[in-house]
Amino acid sequence: MKFQKKRANPQQEIPTASMPDIIFMLLIFFMVTTVLREYDVLVKYELPEAISVEKIENKRLLSYIWIGNDERIQIDDSILPVDEVMNVAYYKRLGNPNVIMSLHIDKGSRMGVVHDVQQQLRRADALRINYSALRKL
Amino acid sequence: MFLKRRISREAVIPSSSLADIAFLLLIFFLVTTTIDVDTGISLVMPPWIEDVEQVKVKSENIANILVDENGDCLLDDEVVSIPMLKDIIIKKIKANDKLIISLKTVRDTPYRIYIDVLDELKQAYNELREEYSFSKFGKPLDQVTEAEMKEIRKAIPQRISLAEPEKVD
Repeated sequence: MKFQKKRANPQQEIPTASMPDIIFMLLIFFMVTTVLREYDVLVKYELPEAISVEKIENKRLLSYIWIGNDERIQIDDSILPVDEVMNVAYYKRLGNPNVIMSLHIDKGSRMGVVHDVQQQLRRADALRINYSALRKL
Repeated sequence: MFLKRRISREAVIPSSSLADIAFLLLIFFLVTTTIDVDTGISLVMPPWIEDVEQVKVKSENIANILVDENGDCLLDDEVVSIPMLKDIIIKKIKANDKLIISLKTVRDTPYRIYIDVLDELKQAYNELREEYSFSKFGKPLDQVTEAEMKEIRKAIPQRISLAEPEKVD
């Protein structure tokens, strides 16, 4: 046919050369952001279950205390005697006035030790606590 | 001149699959990093006071809960089972909105039972707040705004007093 239009023939390709770089950026972002600072938990514990548990939105405020089934108390990476809890909690509160102490306590431990830790926290003025518990289904 | 004729070869590593490999790595990280959510029962303790002055509370405004080491629960000198506690407490708070709940354990009470009791109390308060939120704002508790939540907290404050465990000889 004589009436064929002359078509322009532009290159119709999206350059994909930089795609790996973009993906790598994403990858690095995820690798960096999802690194959670974790402590070596030296005590053995099993959390109790409860129905009315709440999620803690602000993880940055949390500071952890573990009490194991042998009633040893761990804060951060070391096992402490009960009377040291006050000092540690006090410094935690200095660094972060709104600190929430998250108590990971073994469900079989006795209330005596729990209460002693709580009294220490009260003395250190770290009054916001959270009894860590699993959601009962 | 002894110039050797070089064979020029195209030496390109195919990089088209690099993106796919990176994607695989990305997906691996996305899947394996679990962001565990901390759940628990929140509480604010009263500040430490060196010499505690005795605050007298009218005996009708206080509900005493005692939990012993066997998990038996005593509410105002009556033995109740722990799962019943929620309904009883709701009834009591409805009858008297100034009610303070005093939770007392002995030193040998297992933590698990203490949490069970605390859970019942929290559930009672949550139920009352839910009711209030429905009657006042017409929506469930998890949809209210910050200001409304404040009002609910003010209307139904949580009055849980944690008493010192008793030593039993």
